[in-house]
Amino acid sequence: MSKLQEALQAGGFVVTGEIGPPKGVNLDHMWRDAEYLRGKVAAINVTDIQSSVMRIGSMSVSHMLLDRGLEPIFQMTCRDRNRLALQSDLLSAYSLGVRNVLALTGDHVKLGDHPQAKPVFDLDSVTLLRTMKQLESGKDMAGNDLDGAPSFFKGAVVTPCAEPLEPQIIKMEKKVEAGAQFFQTQAVYEPAAFESFMKRVENLRVPVLVGIVLLKSAGMAKFMNENVAGVRVPEDLIKRMAAASKEDRPKVSVEIAAQIIRAVKGICQGAHIMPLGWDKYVPGVIEAAGLA
Amino acid sequence: MIIQKQKAFETILEALEKQEKVFLVGCSDCATTCKTGGEEDLAAMKTRLEASGKTVTGSMVCETACLRGEVRTRIGEHKAEIDGASALLVMACGTAVQTIGEQVEPPVHAGCDSLFIGEVIRQGKFAERCSACGLCVLDETGGICPVTRCSKGLMNGPCGGYSKDGKCEVDPEKDCAWILIYERLKKRGELGKMRKVREAKDQAPANKPRLYQWERPEQKKEPVAK
Repeated sequence: MSKLQEALQAGGFVVTGEIGPPKGVNLDHMWRDAEYLRGKVAAINVTDIQSSVMRIGSMSVSHMLLDRGLEPIFQMTCRDRNRLALQSDLLSAYSLGVRNVLALTGDHVKLGDHPQAKPVFDLDSVTLLRTMKQLESGKDMAGNDLDGAPSFFKGAVVTPCAEPLEPQIIKMEKKVEAGAQFFQTQAVYEPAAFESFMKRVENLRVPVLVGIVLLKSAGMAKFMNENVAGVRVPEDLIKRMAAASKEDRPKVSVEIAAQIIRAVKGICQGAHIMPLGWDKYVPGVIEAAGLA
Repeated sequence: MIIQKQKAFETILEALEKQEKVFLVGCSDCATTCKTGGEEDLAAMKTRLEASGKTVTGSMVCETACLRGEVRTRIGEHKAEIDGASALLVMACGTAVQTIGEQVEPPVHAGCDSLFIGEVIRQGKFAERCSACGLCVLDETGGICPVTRCSKGLMNGPCGGYSKDGKCEVDPEKDCAWILIYERLKKRGELGKMRKVREAKDQAPANKPRLYQWERPEQKKEPVAK
């Protein structure tokens, strides 16, 4: 059983963090970010060519996290690799000690810095989960026997504030059917909306970690409202960020994040904090949320 | 319909750099609807080529330029003009370029970019509808193609990227196909189709190049007795 799975089964409120592999092989900054999370979070997500911007791979970084005594959540998208490569990479990841895998469909190449690339999407998040389950049972997708079967703690994503919401719920149900054992959500800024979402999915009996994205500025909040699907930053939070001086922004950001966590602590199984480079403020969020 | 657009005239001239005498070919089907290779379009191309110092030895608009038999007949009808040309310029889809290219001596240039199989919404506005994936799933998705109209071709959509207006995150001008599918299935009381975990699509029927041949004798029409 992975450390993350153990933590969730133990029943306490579990916090996960995230690091973003850089574009290049100078990993100093990334390791500095990771160190802020050491001892503070149960596991650390490693993104997979996030936003379709070419970067060093999540598998190698996940492996290096293990070397450093940290627990990775290996994010795997379906954008770049066909079913052969995905199955192979799952076996590779397992053999490198990786157990937690977050199955994602992935951003389209058009959003990134290589828009001329060929998008793959041979599988999607649902069929990737199913494929993991199949590998765990000792067979590959074509039904061939494996010599040695892997075992994963399988995660997926859901957007609790999407409009319309029903398609997300249907998809979440499918992901659970396909094998998802835990969920991390897209960023939530409205506890009430999150609560009504949680009511609709409580019958699925699967741990949900609420997504928390640290606001860096009012501008960022407005940008997300305009451009990031399913993310709604309410007016009052934008005003609070706008009212803060530049030096105070991190403080207000941490307060907001902690307030959201405190408001929803009782209705979900954990929080997934996406610092987007502000990893040094994560310990502050955890403390302010009363989780330390 | 094979939606297509003409290549930039400068690109065409560049291709014809070493060839002075050109024979033009068009098609009365898709190329005419798309105004790339109909009668008027060939006439306009002739004028531009002549103004650029080329000689147009002749032109023809096939009824359907991808029918090998018809193309053979037409080429025969225009033999002298074609033999007198140093190149052919085909103002129609890539299939036309190749069907003609197999049957003539001079090099054949593509005057158009073939874009997609699509619906003609109105004159000059075309939308891709079919990917010719070889294994149609339209019945499972309320008649809306997820392979073609979902930017990611998802079998289990939507992804998390649809806006509240039901637009695709990749292109806000485009509808999220899976929201369209969801709305239509919901209206029909068929959401069960969406709840089903759909297997990864078999990509084999889409692998190129494809050859399709009728097998069963009863599928072939008996030759009409003369």
